[in-house]
Amino acid sequence: MITVNEIYKKFGKLTVLDGVSFSIETGGVYAILGPNGSGKTTMLKTILGLVLPEKGTVEINGTSILSAWEYRKNIAYLPQVPRFPENLTVRELVQMIADIRHTNGRSEELIVRFGLSDFLGKQLGDLSGGTRQKVNIVLAFMFDASICILDEPTAGLDPMSLIELKKLIEEEKEKGKIILITTHIMSLVEELAQEIIFLLDGKIQFNGSIEVLKNQTNRSKIEEAIAALIKP
Amino acid sequence: MIKILKYSFYDLIRSRWSYIYLFFYLSLGFVLLFLNSDLSKATLTLMNIIVVLTPMIGTIFGIMYFYSSREFTELLLSQPIKRSKIFLGQYLGISLSLSMSLIVGLGIPFAMYGVWNSSATTNFLLLLLSGTFLTFIFTAIAIYIGVSNTDKIKGFGYAILMWLFFAVIYDGLFMISLIVFDEYPLDKFALIASLFNPIDLARIMVLLKLEISALLGYTGALFQKFFGTQTGLLLSIAVLLFWVLTPLMMLLMKANKKDF
Repeated sequence: MITVNEIYKKFGKLTVLDGVSFSIETGGVYAILGPNGSGKTTMLKTILGLVLPEKGTVEINGTSILSAWEYRKNIAYLPQVPRFPENLTVRELVQMIADIRHTNGRSEELIVRFGLSDFLGKQLGDLSGGTRQKVNIVLAFMFDASICILDEPTAGLDPMSLIELKKLIEEEKEKGKIILITTHIMSLVEELAQEIIFLLDGKIQFNGSIEVLKNQTNRSKIEEAIAALIKP
Repeated sequence: MIKILKYSFYDLIRSRWSYIYLFFYLSLGFVLLFLNSDLSKATLTLMNIIVVLTPMIGTIFGIMYFYSSREFTELLLSQPIKRSKIFLGQYLGISLSLSMSLIVGLGIPFAMYGVWNSSATTNFLLLLLSGTFLTFIFTAIAIYIGVSNTDKIKGFGYAILMWLFFAVIYDGLFMISLIVFDEYPLDKFALIASLFNPIDLARIMVLLKLEISALLGYTGALFQKFFGTQTGLLLSIAVLLFWVLTPLMMLLMKANKKDF
């Protein structure tokens, strides 16, 4: 369960989050949408404790996250940019994260699913962008966390891996997890998400199901509905 | 923290730059000893190189590592682990890998020339200690500058300026103030001023032990007069330790309040 209450955040003079509140109680896929620079990543990073809000509270499963770190055991995070220490091998990196989390998780299964077995002994600096993104996915999903935060998970993936990722997200959803996802690919939203949280200039402009969004804006396509939110 | 330290150490000792740094010291050691087989004199020449080079390498490596691992640091920050442990682990990983290049790179040639069975053993150890101190100090300051500046170019600029200040400008300012205020008693001022520059302090520490008074310079001589060799050494070690801990504390405090 995630409760975000009246979050304000400025970077210098720029207000990035301007009183954002929402709460997520049941499992499912929640798409966080909005144009570039609308505060999506900052919002996700606030939940992770990477960005510290000026005002407002964030609660995960009923406890405040401010200056806490244990709660991150229940969160899996897929960052937007997959960059890792260049001279470590894939195997070492997976082991490092497993060491930090004190559990081995199911990395082996995921490594096979994303075809990374041949890359295990390679150094991360030698991998292509798409392969690094696959490693990123393995690191995010190898632990059984009840909340998954995925920031642009499809960037750089080939079609095969994209299908595998969608399957993976569906599976996690079935397990009753809360999955927050940001993306600019609307077909992905339509396929996976039930709920949409739409941010514009640091404020929540819309929060509800895809059906409600379409009805409210009188559009049949989700792209058009989103465009209508930006320019009513 | 140990886990972060272990992996960033692994990562760094495999980097090309670590090898270059190691081979530089290896060849420097061999060349110096080949040209001049007097261990004490070689130690002295090395000191002059080390007090300038280790701060520079610590500064550049520290800031480069911080900026290039920024995205990975974000991933680490999203794991169930305290912020301070991540930064402490990374800091120790860099400082230790650099210090290891120094100690191994110089240790091998000096050991082959029999430094362990000579009168120069403590001098040599003190030299390695001062180089290690300088590496730890300047890496901490560099990462602090990195954490304080999101803009890479700015951060890099400040870091280089910081090194230049302690390695060159500080001495210049010090000399000018001695000339301008030469009518006043300057002993205490000079003593205190040398405490504020870790490079000076490291130099004095080695020279005190070498007991070459001609090379001690004004502040070194004052140090010897005021404290004697023994106390002078202990004092300089204590102040160098303070120089490691202060930027490290500042770095950890800054990192705890930073947005990533």
